[in-house]
Amino acid sequence: MKEFQTVREVFGPIVFVEGVENAAYNELVQIIFPNGEKRNGQVLETSKGMAAVQVFGNTTGLDTKLTRVRFSGDILRMPVSDEMLGRVFNGSGEPIDKGPAIIAEEKLEITGSSINPVARAEPHDFIQTGISTIDALNTLVRGQKLPIFSGNGLPHNEMAAQIARQATVRGASHGKGGEDKEDFVVVFAAMGITFAEAAFFMQDFEKTGALERAVLFLNLANDPSIERIITPRLALTTAEYLAYERDMQVLVILTDMTNYADALRELSSARQEVPGRRGYPGYLYTDLASIYERAGSIHGRKGTVTQLPILSMPDDDITHPIPDLTGYITEGQIVLSRELHRKNQYPPVDVLPSLSRLMNLGIGAARTREDHAGVSSQLYASYAEGRDLRSLVAVVGEEALSERDKKFLSFSNAFESKFVQQGKYENRTIEQSLDLGWELLADIPEGELKRVKPEHLEAYGRKFRSVEKKEEHGHHKHEEKKAEAAKA
Amino acid sequence: MGSITKVSGPVIRAGGMRGVQINELVRVGDMLLLGEVISVKNDEASIQVYEETSGLRPGEPVDGTGAPLSVELGPGLLSGIFDGIQRPLDAVREKSGDFIVRGVTVPSLNRSKKWKFVPKAKVGDTVSQGDILGTVAEFNIEHKIMVPKGISGKITEITAGNYTITQAIAKIGGKDVTMMQKWPVRLPREIKEKKHFEPPLITGKRIMDTFFPIAKGGAGAIPGPFGSGKTVNQTDLAKYSDADIIVYVGCGERGNEMAEVLENFPKLMDPKTQKPLMQRTVLIANTSNMPVAAREASIYTGITIAEYFRDMGLDVAVMADSTSRWAEAMREISGRMEEMPGEEGYPAYLGRRLAEFYERAGRAVCLGDKPKRSGSVTVVGAVSPPGGDLSEPVSQNTLRVTKVFWALDSALSRRRHYPAINWLKSYSLYGGELREWFETNVSEDFLEHRNQAMALLQKEAELQNIVQLIGPDALPDKERLVLEATKMIREDFLQQNSYDEIDAYCTLRKQYVMLRTILHFYDKASAAIAVDMPLSKVLEAPVRGDIASLKRTPEKEVEAKAEAAIKSIDKWFAN
Repeated sequence: MKEFQTVREVFGPIVFVEGVENAAYNELVQIIFPNGEKRNGQVLETSKGMAAVQVFGNTTGLDTKLTRVRFSGDILRMPVSDEMLGRVFNGSGEPIDKGPAIIAEEKLEITGSSINPVARAEPHDFIQTGISTIDALNTLVRGQKLPIFSGNGLPHNEMAAQIARQATVRGASHGKGGEDKEDFVVVFAAMGITFAEAAFFMQDFEKTGALERAVLFLNLANDPSIERIITPRLALTTAEYLAYERDMQVLVILTDMTNYADALRELSSARQEVPGRRGYPGYLYTDLASIYERAGSIHGRKGTVTQLPILSMPDDDITHPIPDLTGYITEGQIVLSRELHRKNQYPPVDVLPSLSRLMNLGIGAARTREDHAGVSSQLYASYAEGRDLRSLVAVVGEEALSERDKKFLSFSNAFESKFVQQGKYENRTIEQSLDLGWELLADIPEGELKRVKPEHLEAYGRKFRSVEKKEEHGHHKHEEKKAEAAKA
Repeated sequence: MGSITKVSGPVIRAGGMRGVQINELVRVGDMLLLGEVISVKNDEASIQVYEETSGLRPGEPVDGTGAPLSVELGPGLLSGIFDGIQRPLDAVREKSGDFIVRGVTVPSLNRSKKWKFVPKAKVGDTVSQGDILGTVAEFNIEHKIMVPKGISGKITEITAGNYTITQAIAKIGGKDVTMMQKWPVRLPREIKEKKHFEPPLITGKRIMDTFFPIAKGGAGAIPGPFGSGKTVNQTDLAKYSDADIIVYVGCGERGNEMAEVLENFPKLMDPKTQKPLMQRTVLIANTSNMPVAAREASIYTGITIAEYFRDMGLDVAVMADSTSRWAEAMREISGRMEEMPGEEGYPAYLGRRLAEFYERAGRAVCLGDKPKRSGSVTVVGAVSPPGGDLSEPVSQNTLRVTKVFWALDSALSRRRHYPAINWLKSYSLYGGELREWFETNVSEDFLEHRNQAMALLQKEAELQNIVQLIGPDALPDKERLVLEATKMIREDFLQQNSYDEIDAYCTLRKQYVMLRTILHFYDKASAAIAVDMPLSKVLEAPVRGDIASLKRTPEKEVEAKAEAAIKSIDKWFAN
């Protein structure tokens, strides 16, 4: 371990140290302030005779005379162990719950290594969140990364807490009918959120007893912003350890990724790098990928890492670089809508721009129910049609609509108020969600249900359709027969 | 040779490097990381490192290898999965476990496996670059062993037998020739001449084949915002298109998607040969969290492998997903080099690099006269424009050099209309060259139908503007019929379900039959409306359900079913 008292310059969060011959790139350093305070940092750039160090924390009080910089000789590693469950850490990984220090079972590099694509197992285990808009329409599977795109003031925290509370894996893939539920361990990383928001999660976890099965990393709004760059990496290192070494199913909640990206921008501008879109560095995509891609499941290992990042879209703009680049990396997105929120809808999920790319892997007869794909597609198509009609109605009035169109219009309203809408503690099984879908579709003429297979309609949807509709159907059949006879 | 002087991210500087060449492959640091020289100044070189640089220190050694970044070409490529610099990922896994660790050296192609070499040339033949010496059966493909560059003359030895790829199989002009050859990735492989485009690449996707076809040897782009289905379209092309070989480059994309491809391709059967798709596929997987410099190289690695198979006289298709990630890797490296940025921070040479890449596509007369042959490389590049805005530099530079544009539309994908290719914005410039082929191989009136359908869709867009203002009821029946017909075209023809066993792949013949039936309905209905049949009566025609079910009808039954539908249409409107 070498120590230098040769700080030449302090520039924002970056300290330049002279006379350093061969610091390693990304080496962990300790900065000892003139008043004796110690803070960690990391080497950003190293050349002969000079190292640039980013300080995780406030640089107030640093000088170029007395400040000492100690190079550890190793890159940043994090001590991990099972004991971390139930504990609360700050954004740099130090315990803040007055509990004892963690005795490391292993010390892991926080940057992680990329999973070899060959070693990745295709994620396909359905996670039931109990929320219809996710389970039925944007199915989450184990090993997926599915962000919530939200806006300021929208109830994304409530939703994330609800998912953390309710998420279970239904063990279709385990084969045995017996114990077919597996619970999640939650790793929670807060980056720059307010104390109130953090307290909400803490209380919710405490109330439901989830805290014992959770690890929390808290970097709050008044904590140093540069620390946010390592907070999610500490959380993911912990998650990977619990998943791949300890066989646990881990759900990682990262909130708020917008604050993370802003910290990255701050550091980039301090380094005087060429800015990309909206001042974010050109490597924002690569950097975000190094976080999001740490979700997954691996052949031959039981544990998985599922990610639920939350980000607030500045000005609700989905084309802003942060949601935009995130959407290109993650496997879909759940988009919250201010309009629905204003209508007092919870959860205010706008299903049309929402998507789960891995949905098709996690549904079907073996995993959820055979009619799942068809119902989901039909609900989407019918709701989209109803939404289009709304704008038409605004111009021409509802009277101008045909009977058929009126049915779609009323479907779209019922869809929002019955299917999307649910209570914060309402935990629907996937069967309940799908049946609810069939129930709503019962009002749509059968000939319009092009996305569902006829046999599924018989098996699951028929019971919701009223008798006269059956007759109508019979009539239709009759007509067909007549036409066939005519053909012959 | 030299030593590191500065480290900052994936680009490092090294001193004492006089004599090192641009694009030379070097070994960096005590961990022997792979890197490539990207600029030299006096004795200082800038090097992009293909592996994570954490822990590197100034003063550690840097050694040149004397050769540029090259790929190994020979038996063993097929069904392989490699990273951006052609390291075989399964061998890497065997060596280093589930996570990729640094400094692993594994040869790209298996050195110990023996292949049965069957000579096609004999002692005494005079051969030159590109001539075929013999073949190796690799799965269903006859892998041709060609005379490598720099070798020509009389064959003095050539023997059949089982060889590894590094054992000599022949002696030409006094030099030993092995089955494996190397080629620097940044140089296009040589050809005799380019040819005009002829047969289309049949994709089995109705909107692509019928409406916007791509030629074998053509270049196409699929731009679209996230969630619009770029990757699904790319993997579908890889699955169903009628190329002999597929090179799929996952460039800076998702790891789970690669896992999906890896898990599915060995199970899925090639519709042509009924052999697992994997056996005709080479995968390059450089996911978004793998080092950025290797991502930059991955596109070149992929296209060079494609050219090698083309040189055997095969039709190869390259799927590059996504070229935007490639361009961003270039931007990142350029930024670290402190180059003067061009548009949106991309380097000024972005347009040139994209054009160079797409120009490596084409149909070509291959080098080598024994025997004469031609092959093709088709390139389909996915583009991921930020916010879906096509005015950005990567999309614009791509559209300048590609001739097919499949415009993905998030409004379509939102209503789960897949493939979400917008029919009004997309285009194909191969229509003219492929016209004759379609007329002789599918039907005389194939293009006529296509044009009629396109005109209807265009008309629909105009009518929709009116409907938005006054509602559909205000339109005369004639025009409402257009809306009904285009609805059929959209829902019963353009929409295609990649996850439906039957619908996922649609032959050209079936595409033709389906569209013909829909248009027949429209023509008859339109005539009936002209003589005052009310639209409601038209829409009651039970045959509409039959038309809708054509897409789920197996190929064998589709003609008969369409024939019956046409009869039923005639009957309905005759009354």
